[in-house]
Amino acid sequence: MSAMIDVIILGAGPAGAAAAVEAARRGLKVLLVDEAVAAGGQVYRIAPGIRARDATPEREAGDAIRASLAASRVDARFGHRVWQVERNAASFAVHTVNATGPVTLTARALIVAGGAVERHIPIDGWDRPGVMGLAGATVLLKAQCMLPGRDVVVAGAGPLLLAVAAGIVHGGGRVAAVVDLQPRSRWLRDWRSLASRPDLLARGARWMATLLASRTPMLHGSALRRIEGDPVVSAVVVTRLDAVGAVVADGVERTIACDAVCLGFGLHPATDITRLLGAAHAFDAAHGGWHVVTDEHQSTSIAGLFVCGDAAGIAGAAAAPWSGRVAAVAVDRHLGRVSAAEALSAVTPMVAKRDRAARFGRAMTQVAEGGDGIVLAIAPETPVCLCEQVSRATIDAAVDAGATTLSEVKSATRCGMGPCGGRLCEDAAARLIGLRTGTTRAAVGMATGRPPLRPVALDHLAGEFDYDALPIAQPSPL
Amino acid sequence: MTRYDLAVIGGGIMGVTAALRAAAGGMRVVVLDRGGVGGEATGVNAGTLSLQIKRVALMPYALRGHEWWRIAGEAVGFHRTGGYTLAFNAREQALLEDRMRLKMEAGAPITFVSPAQVHAAEPALCDRIVAASYCAEDGHADSTRSGVYLRKLLRDAAIDVREHAPVVGVDSRDSGFSVRSATSSIDSTNILIASGAWTKSIAAMLGVVLPIEVRVNTVTVTEKGPMQLHSAIGHATGLLTLKQKDNGTFLIGGGWQGRGSPETGRGEVVAATMLQNLRLARFALPALAGVRAVRAWTGFDSFVPDNYPLAGVLPGVPGAFVLACVRGGYTIGPCIGPLMADLILGRSPELPLFDPARVLKMPAHA
Repeated sequence: MSAMIDVIILGAGPAGAAAAVEAARRGLKVLLVDEAVAAGGQVYRIAPGIRARDATPEREAGDAIRASLAASRVDARFGHRVWQVERNAASFAVHTVNATGPVTLTARALIVAGGAVERHIPIDGWDRPGVMGLAGATVLLKAQCMLPGRDVVVAGAGPLLLAVAAGIVHGGGRVAAVVDLQPRSRWLRDWRSLASRPDLLARGARWMATLLASRTPMLHGSALRRIEGDPVVSAVVVTRLDAVGAVVADGVERTIACDAVCLGFGLHPATDITRLLGAAHAFDAAHGGWHVVTDEHQSTSIAGLFVCGDAAGIAGAAAAPWSGRVAAVAVDRHLGRVSAAEALSAVTPMVAKRDRAARFGRAMTQVAEGGDGIVLAIAPETPVCLCEQVSRATIDAAVDAGATTLSEVKSATRCGMGPCGGRLCEDAAARLIGLRTGTTRAAVGMATGRPPLRPVALDHLAGEFDYDALPIAQPSPL
Repeated sequence: MTRYDLAVIGGGIMGVTAALRAAAGGMRVVVLDRGGVGGEATGVNAGTLSLQIKRVALMPYALRGHEWWRIAGEAVGFHRTGGYTLAFNAREQALLEDRMRLKMEAGAPITFVSPAQVHAAEPALCDRIVAASYCAEDGHADSTRSGVYLRKLLRDAAIDVREHAPVVGVDSRDSGFSVRSATSSIDSTNILIASGAWTKSIAAMLGVVLPIEVRVNTVTVTEKGPMQLHSAIGHATGLLTLKQKDNGTFLIGGGWQGRGSPETGRGEVVAATMLQNLRLARFALPALAGVRAVRAWTGFDSFVPDNYPLAGVLPGVPGAFVLACVRGGYTIGPCIGPLMADLILGRSPELPLFDPARVLKMPAHA
């Protein structure tokens, strides 16, 4: 049995990897755990075994992270799927499964760097084959070097719209249209924040240039009304939105033929692990909605639990390494290895860089913020929960019959009870409950966190066992 | 301000069925719940309706409870599938035979069946069964639908309901009780504490310390799979319940302990015990190997040292009644709730109740 690990870091994206390297540099015994086969997270994902055609800024940033990890004393465990995290008296237990079976890891502190989850707003036909999330499309483009389709509509809101559309054009596909919820003017409103990161602004400008050069139609202030197909996607119907983002009644609709649709409405912080642990959460639209509460130094309401990167509130990939390093210093302080004064002096410049970089990410979060207009416009028969095929009408009826919380609506309709665990539908369901009961998204709250964090086959969980050696507790009373 | 004859604290299966009977008996009734109706143990238990796992002395109550669920029928996802209890070795066989014999004597229609008979009916079960019992009455309901169903029953009976109104204080007055929540106060001649795991803290508001402890039971559900299992499956020790619902999901329970407390309102799954539960299930039904678990959760189950119900007058507080700690409460609740209302109405219940005064002498283990 080796000595107790000081800190486990969940997620090897830019935040988690930087936290790991910083913690190891400070002499901590560090385990870095990720489900993927290599570090980089979603933003710097690579295609294993496929040689990149040319160097992109993402590729370079990801390679730098992977190189710094390789040069560090970080013990990185890839291919580990975390399914449960438990807090014990003075330690955390992280339960994972890997290719060989169940593996439990324990440490004195925990840093969660779980990143972001894509926000979805249901649209009539979004369950057709050929529709995927913008985040899913980036996985296809980055990790599989595949196009989502030959003739793709990219729709929703936020910077991923441009990234995915440009990626498709770059990969040789055609983008039939980019359909953006925000009016063109919205992108310019936060220019001051965007100007804080000229490098990132330039990257956005390159995406834009790619789309302009390919004459990709850009429809601003518009949304998909329907996705058509029988059953595979063959067209979308686009409508204009008014000044407050509502669907224009009897507005002109336009049909655009396509063979795939990439859809997404910005990101919200991944809260699944912090919910499981019972940490305090709060709602703030500027942070991407519900997020775990962290202080200036990435500490949560639970002693020994730290959260960095987008999981602590969407701030973008540029801020992520700085918040990761801040968290590493905070762990060092938590374990009593440095004084408060030493920790503060180490962390102060990192905090300044984190906050400056976060301004860009926050502005992008604002650009992705969709109003209630298109939620109100969800048709009654449109499925909100895809796993269990629960329509908007079913949810509205449950609310009318007295279910006013996410868990009550879940019990009444099965919304969120399928394999995705509500990842796809919870936000939309909560917004529908809020609209129906006259309250806010914030007041509706979040569903209770439940393990497993991702579906896991019973055999992987159970591992090898001998029935006769199973500890059978006292039988129930007769 | 409305004055009630009965304020029921707790909108679970016990409280709601008691409220319905009391209202039918002419009382003006209000039901309060800290969350939503049917949202705690009633709504999160594994939905097992099995006479084979009921306590011997509670069998007459369980038989009546089954009848209530059968009548509720499709609205609660009731299925009378029949159920098998399995033994996989000699020790479990002895346990099974001793326990089931006593339950048969108590009136449960249970029979012993051979492993061959079990396999003829359920070919997907493990081939290491050495002994088994069967009860045609056994089955399951969909506990998640309890809330919707109970809320409708209360609405149809025009009973006042205050949900999301945790009780923060109960004061005994000359002519009854004042029940306070964060936002309002209710006056009632009688109160019924049917607050499940929170019964201890509500009784304490009236100065009565009940030696109630809480179990934190774990349930796991899988993704949908092809239909492999028709009956409700149990284990000789009572430590496994397993069934496949109409939608193809498997529900796995058996009282394996998570952790948490009613005070914080949070129950947590403990991986170590949950995995033992899954191993038992996986052993009983090898076809579960490749099926993915999608969600596990916990529910609070309260009990007193002798593991019999608290059902009667709260000791020393006339007009206050308590109904809690019923092992197998999901099944037995709709039988014992109305019996409790009979007592409050001044009628004599058709089956004896369980005087809480007996437990005051018992030390709590916790």
